[in-house]
Amino acid sequence: MLEIKNLHVKLEEEDKVILNGVDLKIGPGEVHAIMGPNGSGKSTLSYVLAGREGYEVTEGSATLQGEELLEMEPEARAAAGLFLAFQYPVEIPGVGNMTFLRTAVNAQRKARGEDELSAGDFLKTVRAKAKDLKIDAEMLKRPVNVGFSGGEKKRNEILQMAMLEPRMCILDETDSGLDVDAMKLVSEGVNALRDAGRSFLVITHYQRLLDHIKPDVVHIMAAGRIIKSGGPELALEVEHNGYAALLAEAE
Amino acid sequence: MALAQTKTDALTARTAALTAGGSGWLGAARRDAVARLAAMGLPTKRDEYWRYTDPASLTSATPTPAALFDAGDEAPAFDGIDALKLVFVDGVFDPAQSDDPTLAGVEITSLSQADGVDIHWARDIYGVLETRGQTPVQRPLATLNTAYASEGFLIRATAKAARPISLIYHHTSVTSDALIHHCIKLEKDAELTILENGPAAARVTKVMEVEVADGARFHHIRAQGRDHERRAVTHVFARVGAGALFKSFTLTANGCLTRNEQIIELVGDDGVAHVAGAAVGDGTFHHDDTVFMTHEGQRCESRQVFKKVLMNGAVGVFQGKILVKQGAQKTDGYQISQSLLLDGDSQFLAKPELEIYADDVKCSHGSTSGAIDDTALFYLQSRGVPKRMAQSLLVLAFLAEAIGEIEDEAIAEDIRSRLEGWLQRHEH
Repeated sequence: MLEIKNLHVKLEEEDKVILNGVDLKIGPGEVHAIMGPNGSGKSTLSYVLAGREGYEVTEGSATLQGEELLEMEPEARAAAGLFLAFQYPVEIPGVGNMTFLRTAVNAQRKARGEDELSAGDFLKTVRAKAKDLKIDAEMLKRPVNVGFSGGEKKRNEILQMAMLEPRMCILDETDSGLDVDAMKLVSEGVNALRDAGRSFLVITHYQRLLDHIKPDVVHIMAAGRIIKSGGPELALEVEHNGYAALLAEAE
Repeated sequence: MALAQTKTDALTARTAALTAGGSGWLGAARRDAVARLAAMGLPTKRDEYWRYTDPASLTSATPTPAALFDAGDEAPAFDGIDALKLVFVDGVFDPAQSDDPTLAGVEITSLSQADGVDIHWARDIYGVLETRGQTPVQRPLATLNTAYASEGFLIRATAKAARPISLIYHHTSVTSDALIHHCIKLEKDAELTILENGPAAARVTKVMEVEVADGARFHHIRAQGRDHERRAVTHVFARVGAGALFKSFTLTANGCLTRNEQIIELVGDDGVAHVAGAAVGDGTFHHDDTVFMTHEGQRCESRQVFKKVLMNGAVGVFQGKILVKQGAQKTDGYQISQSLLLDGDSQFLAKPELEIYADDVKCSHGSTSGAIDDTALFYLQSRGVPKRMAQSLLVLAFLAEAIGEIEDEAIAEDIRSRLEGWLQRHEH
């Protein structure tokens, strides 16, 4: 599904290397988690994959189902099936949540050469999916993320994911700012989307989230590289011993 | 103080081809305006009130020629709105293209027919509101218009008008110079919507005087055409009575020079006045909104919402004032002027002012200029929305508060679709 090879990235405006040779391969239907200390490059990896400006890829590649991602505009990556659930979902005053969702869904369909969803079908789908995530009609009407609580913003991200039906979902610290109940709700939303054709990359600081979204593989990232990979037990090890021991081991 | 010779000369040149004729009440109002104009002269860019907008092309003896514009297959603004149409061609009323000017609840008389007739209500408005609006700031171009306006309508609503009146201004001559003056009176509890659309002429000097009596509701929505080279200076003078409503929205897309002045007095208690504008300009575009809102009555609410989208060296100006007079307690005044600069070449000049003499009021004002929010743009793109479409969505979102001032949803949608069209045509 997603294959990252020897990815090196630096900040465009300063000579600061953030990713220093990341290798990662996620198969169809797999759930991978990336854990790592602050500043290890986890969020940067997600932004680079989604196509945010400000980063320069100096070496390496990233492909989604064989297609080179790094050459594409962000919207083309989305149409190709990539989705990033933001750590800090963006507020967009003046754009209604519903308008936003519909524009996004139809733009992707158009890019893939599919017919646009009719207003009726769209409404029916969005209402059903919103209900599962306990997103009420009022939240759908409000401007995108404006005045939403932390939990509402994250649920709104999962709603977008559910509507866009991407193949490769990246969740960037989706658990940050969530209380226990909200985390459960969000996790249920994610788990409902798990299937053989859809893969996940879950970026998190805490093992907690991985109790709800069970990963197949856990990676530890440090200083812009993946230093260790393993099964779910690796996340438990981090939880118990912290990163220090793993970092020392890697050196 | 005697007027500088240069100002006198400029006035002589500007008015050489104009006549302030008439023997009746209108003639008298015109002669009065001629005298007032002689005392103040025409504005120059050295006048404080014209600091950000050079009036030279508005005061020159002849207008700068303005190429005609072909809108292609785009329908004119408000075409789909059921309204009584009154059509002007280069500032001259054209009955052949217009509807029969009869409308239930409304009396409509053309200015050219009004002089010989004693239209008592119009006597109390024509040049009268304009004269009141000369203090504390002189507006000589409005006085010039009162003195020499050749065309316009006197419109009096005595009840709720059956449908809007649509004033349509075609521009067909590259050197046309139009002076249009309307007087509008809404009697107690009457309701009227005036639509205006079109560039009017190569150069247009316009005045609209509006008296909104107690409990009456006035809606004004205008689109100033798409001609790139036209120049316009417009003035709306309004007096708003107790419990009355005045709402005005202006869409300006293109036009190399636009100065829209709105001078509004809330004279009764519990009145409401909202003025809003959305302006989009690319390249040679200078757009100036100048607003003077006076609160005299108690518990009145006023809003000024002006948004400009500027690119490729376009210039936006906002001079807006809220004056709260002594005794105008519980005033609720709001003023926002914002610009979205789509590149580094464009500029926005804002002069927001508050002057408050009452002690129990709520007044806020804000002015900002900035670029499109890159984070929001990336967010939209990451959801699959193409960059151009995402930019348009964000620009429309920026303009939304101003468009939101239009109460009629069909008219608001018309304005929105025009802005969408404009954004599609102008890459940024």
